[in-house]
Formats: sequence, C-alpha cells, structure tokens
Amino acid sequence: MADKNGFFDLSKTTLTRRTALKGLAAGAGLAVAPGFVRYSQAQSSAPIKIGFQSHRTGIGAAYGRWYEKTTAAAVKAINAAGGINGRQVEVIIEDDGTDPGRGAEVVGKFATQHKTDIVFGTLFSHVVIGSAPAAGENKMPYFVVSEGHHVASTKLNRYVFQPGITDVKSQIQSMAPWIAANAGKKVTQIFPDFAFGYDHRDYLPPALKAQGAEVIAQIAIPPTESSFTKYFPQIPAETEVIYHVMVGPAVLTFVKELGEFYGSNRPQLFGFIDSLEATDINSPGLEFLDGSHFWEGSPRYAQANDSEAQKAYRAAVGIDDNGAAVGDPKDVSTAAHMFGCWETLYVVKKAMEDAGYKGPEDRAKLVEATEALTEFAEGPEHPQGPKTFNGKIHQCFGIQNISKVEGGKLKVVHKTKIEDGLYEAEGDYTTQAL
Amino acid sequence: MSEASPAKAYALHLGVIALLFVLSLLLPEYYHGLLARIMVLAVFAMGYNMLFGYVGLLSLGHAMFFAAGLYGAGLAIIQFDWSVPLAFLGGIACGAVLAMVIGLLALRTTGVAFMIVTMMFAQVFYLLILYFATWTGGDQGMVVPQPARVLSLGATSLELTNPTVRYMTALGLFSIVLLVTLAIVRSRYGRVLVAIRENEERTKMLGYDTFSNKLAAVVISGTICAASGAAYALLFGYVGSSFASVQYSILPLLWVLLGGAATTLGPLIGTLFMYYVIDVTSGYTSAYLLIVGIALILLVLFFPKGILGSIRQRWLEWLP
Repeated sequence: MADKNGFFDLSKTTLTRRTALKGLAAGAGLAVAPGFVRYSQAQSSAPIKIGFQSHRTGIGAAYGRWYEKTTAAAVKAINAAGGINGRQVEVIIEDDGTDPGRGAEVVGKFATQHKTDIVFGTLFSHVVIGSAPAAGENKMPYFVVSEGHHVASTKLNRYVFQPGITDVKSQIQSMAPWIAANAGKKVTQIFPDFAFGYDHRDYLPPALKAQGAEVIAQIAIPPTESSFTKYFPQIPAETEVIYHVMVGPAVLTFVKELGEFYGSNRPQLFGFIDSLEATDINSPGLEFLDGSHFWEGSPRYAQANDSEAQKAYRAAVGIDDNGAAVGDPKDVSTAAHMFGCWETLYVVKKAMEDAGYKGPEDRAKLVEATEALTEFAEGPEHPQGPKTFNGKIHQCFGIQNISKVEGGKLKVVHKTKIEDGLYEAEGDYTTQAL
Repeated sequence: MSEASPAKAYALHLGVIALLFVLSLLLPEYYHGLLARIMVLAVFAMGYNMLFGYVGLLSLGHAMFFAAGLYGAGLAIIQFDWSVPLAFLGGIACGAVLAMVIGLLALRTTGVAFMIVTMMFAQVFYLLILYFATWTGGDQGMVVPQPARVLSLGATSLELTNPTVRYMTALGLFSIVLLVTLAIVRSRYGRVLVAIRENEERTKMLGYDTFSNKLAAVVISGTICAASGAAYALLFGYVGSSFASVQYSILPLLWVLLGGAATTLGPLIGTLFMYYVIDVTSGYTSAYLLIVGIALILLVLFFPKGILGSIRQRWLEWLP
C-alpha cells in the first residue's frame, strides 16, 4: 500500500471486510499471546517441590525439629539467591513418626500424591532402610541425612543418596588415630546392644589396631537397661580410655553412675555427641564429663577460628554461640548433625543445575548428575568443611571434629582430614538399572 | 444375632471384594497404593479378630505372629534365596509353628494373665530379633531386594513392586482370608468358639474339649497374622523389628475394636478408618495422635461395639 513515492497514502486505502477480519484476528492473537507466554513461564518457573520426610513425632522428634529449622533456613537462602535453575524451592513436610512403616507410606505419598521432585531429610537409620524400597519402586531420588552406613553399604538402591553428612563407619575410622595418639592405647567400649552400637563395636577395633592400639573389652548394654552400675566392674583395670556411645534418656544416668563409680580417678573418656544432642552439656549429672572428649560432626559451640561461612550458617539457622536457639538458651540444637540438611540441599541444587532438571521426568538425569559429583568446596554452601563424594556408593566423606569439654563448653581440639575417613567401596550403585 | 442365609452373607462379602476390585480402577495413585497396604494389614486384624472377637481371648502379643511371617518370608529370600511362593509359605509356616507353641503355653492361663503372658512372649520374640542382629538386621531391619520380589508363573513373571500387581496380590490374599474367616465363623467349629467365649464352663459341660478348640483358634489366628506379615515383607520390601514391637500388638486390637469385634468385615473397616484418620490429620498437626485418641474415645462412648458391631446391633442383625 505504499505509493510510488514510497509513502503511505491513507486516503487511498480501502478497508475491506476480509482485511478487517484479518486485523481483528491478528489483534486477538496479540492480545492472547501474552497469556501463552505467561503460561509457558508458569510451566518452567513452577516451584521445585521437595518432600521433607520429618521425624516430627516419635523418638526422633528433637532431631526432626532442628532438621526442619535448618532446612527452612537453607531453602530461604537458596530462594533468595534465585532458587534452583531459576525456580523457587517449596518444601512439603510429612511426619513419619520416626517409624519405618509410616516412612515408606510417606515416601509413597510424596511420589504419588504431592508429586514432589525429590524426597529429603530422613535421619533415623531404620526409617531410611524402611523407606528405601518405596523410593526405589517410585524411582524417587531420596536424599537422606542419616549418618548411617546403610547407604554406603550399597544394600539399598540407586535412588538413595547421602551427600551431606559422613557415615558412621567413616567417623569411627577418623577418630582412631587421635584416640591412639592422645587418649590411650587400651580402650574399653561401652555401647548400646543394638545396631547403632554394633557399628561402633565392629568398626572401632580394626581402626584402632591399624594405629597400634587395641580394644581390650566390649561391654554391650541392653536397650531396656535403666541402671548401669553392675556393668562397670567389667571394665578392665588397665583401661586407659573408655569409649562410650550410649544414647537416649539413659545417658544422664549412665554418666552420673560412671562418675560415682570412678570418682576423680578415672580413665580418659571419649564419646560420640549423638548421646547428648539437644541436651545441655551443663545439665546436672554431666559434670563428670568435664575434661572428656567428644566427636562432633559440626561444632555445637562457636569457635574462635570459625570461618565466615560457618558464622553465616549459624546466623541463618538461628543458633547462638552456645548452639542453642537464639532467644531460648534452653532449646539446645542438634548442631553436630543438622548441618547435613543445609549441605544436602546445596548438593541437590548443584545436581539439578548440572542435570538441567525440569521435572519428575528428569529424575534419572538427576541421579546420574548426583553420581557424577566428586567434591564440595568449603564455603557458604558447605560450612562444615570440604567434602569428597563417591558416586558409586552415594556417600560423601569429610572432616570430623574432636572437642573437649572445658568450662561447660565444647572446644574443638582437633580436626581430622578427609583421608582419615576413606575406606574401600563395598559395592557400586551405578551398575544398577535406573 | 439372627442368622443370615448363606447366600446373603456370601453375597455381601463377594460384593465387598468386587467393590475393592473396582476401586483399584478408580482410585488415584496414592490411595491405590495405600489401600493395598491397608488390605494386607486388615488381614492381620482379621487374624487377631479370630481370637479376640470369636473366642474372647485378648492377646497383647500378636505382633510376634505378624513378625514371624515377616521375618520367615524376608529371611528366606535374603539369606537363602528362596522363591517368592516358597518364602511366603515359609513365613506362614513360621507363624503356625510359633502359634502352636505359644498357644500350648499361654492357654494355660486366662483373662489378664493371658494378656500378660502373650505380651511377655512377644517381648521375648522382639528382643530375640535384636539379639540376633547379624541375621535379622537388628533394630534397623533389612531390605528385601527389589529383583528378588518377582513372582514367576511359568513363562510369566510378575513384579510385586508393580502397583497393580501389588494391589491385586493384596486383594487376593484379603479375599481368601475374608472368605475363609466367614466359612469358619459360620461353621460348627465357629459356633463352638463363640460358645467358649460366652460360657466356657458350660461348653465344657456339653462335652467339648475347649482347650483343643482354643488351641486351634490360636493357630488359625497366628497363621493368618503370619500370612499378613509374609505378604508385607514381599509386597513392600522391608523387614524390621518395629513390626514386632508392642505397638504392633496393640494396633490390631484397636483396628478390631474400631471396626467391630466378632464381625467379619469389622477389621477392614477399622484398619481403613484408622489409616485415613492418621493420614488426613497428620497433614494438619503433629498432635494427630491426640485426634486419633479423641476419635477412639468418641467411638467407644457412642459405638461401644465398634462401627459394624453397632450397625449389627441396631439395624442389620444378620451381619456375620
């Protein structure tokens, strides 16, 4: 419709009905187009849904509460920084009652009702083992924060990962060199007579032997026991170190009775803080622990040489310098373990971004991308410390802390190396079909 | 209780089975999976009801029969590489033998003593599982590997991890046990059990050997519970000591009380009700067990004979 001079001459323009209809159609198309754009954006920017299998009730409730707090803090930080692949993260929580039967149902619920992208956050070993078949059957990536050796044992399935916390076998192995060099060569173990205790019973003796020390007695205490005095005469007189891993409410009685048995002249004491997570180290009866040493995954008390990342992590989660909730000194956290939730979520973020994850149809890609990860540098995403990851056994390896009880606080006196906790792989998940 | 014609009773039960079959086609994925689990656990409740409802023997140790089936089937596969059908039968056999032994000992007592003795035996069984952790996996339990959970029927193989296969297998087991239970309670033997419940001395006086009849009931009950446990291990792939704990002795009691003791369909109703109350309320509050407790109290106050028991008492007297 341009005239010969190349200019529009509106006076010569005729608007036919066909032209008008075309124009209307084009206009309508333009009017609708932004809607389509919005729709397609909604598809790609819908939140990533993470199913959090939480121990809200049952024996794991104290841990569950702090795992939830840490998870909320990590998700807030991830979302504030733009989310995962540009999508916000939404956490859906279901209580598993710390029960393996219910745990499996919850995983099924996440997969088939909530249709989450992954399931995350389980701590107690029996719940992980009970839920793993449901994760495998639903082809649901299942990121646990359990510290059990069950994942690395390769007896679960290809969909189960533990990339944010080291396993107990690695932890025990890492402790042995320090114990042998600093606490003593003759060790007596006192442990609960069930699986958590058996890990220590089985893994410590060879680890100590490799360091020129030995376990001279192993005292298993039935889980139903409420008084321990009758077991103490079984501790050989030449014992230089008592290695204790009692758990549950009985630990206060255990420590008190051990104190009464030995008085001021006791062997060295070394324990795993698992016994005293969410418990104030200054509780009445625990005075006997003064001067003893503990394993800690991440330190409960703020340390003088804390990294900026560690400080930022503690502030984000809301724990004070004593490892208790800010504003409530009696609400002691499970600091030695809960960092695993924070770090696991950042591993999920990295793996999803590597896989170009778009939705549940990419779960297999996510599994492969996670298996391809090899190391995590210390920093805001991994404030506990650097880690390596073995994709064949779906397990990370990291540093451990040995802390001394001094003046009612736990002071880190030694940090192990990653290599201290490495062991021969017991299998290879990557050979399993996806 | 007025007597229903056999056709009426069987029609009702076959109708329930047909309804469960139709539901498998209609239910959303999640509820489909949940109902499969509920049917397996309803079998556990039916086994419990056999003894509690019809003989009046309140056991607090039935978790050991469920766990005998669970571990019998699970260990047969994990430790000995048995096939699925053999492992299932092995689990049932474990439960039957255990029930025979426990019955011989525990039936020397009655009432509160029977409750305590069964609870103590179950506790012993539970602690044995923890003690022999090398084989049983202790408190952590064990996974039945997915590749082993395949049912081979000639050239065809059915993966028990497939939701449809799992649902249909659970429905098959549930249907068989439901119809067998119905046949038992309608038989002469079933009437003898009810007679023992109502007045054991009088039944003895009529010439019945009440000990043998009760022992048979314990064995039947234990065997059904073991079948449920064996199916649970094979269908859901986990074998763990928590299923042998006292909690799992109390749960079937609650399911049966809720649904209606001495009603053949009560265990299904009770299990279904309890599961859905927990599933729905746990989505709203962590105090869901409080809500479950209140629901139980209300039911006991207004439906003391359980849901179906009360319906039978008020409206449908012919319900078996």
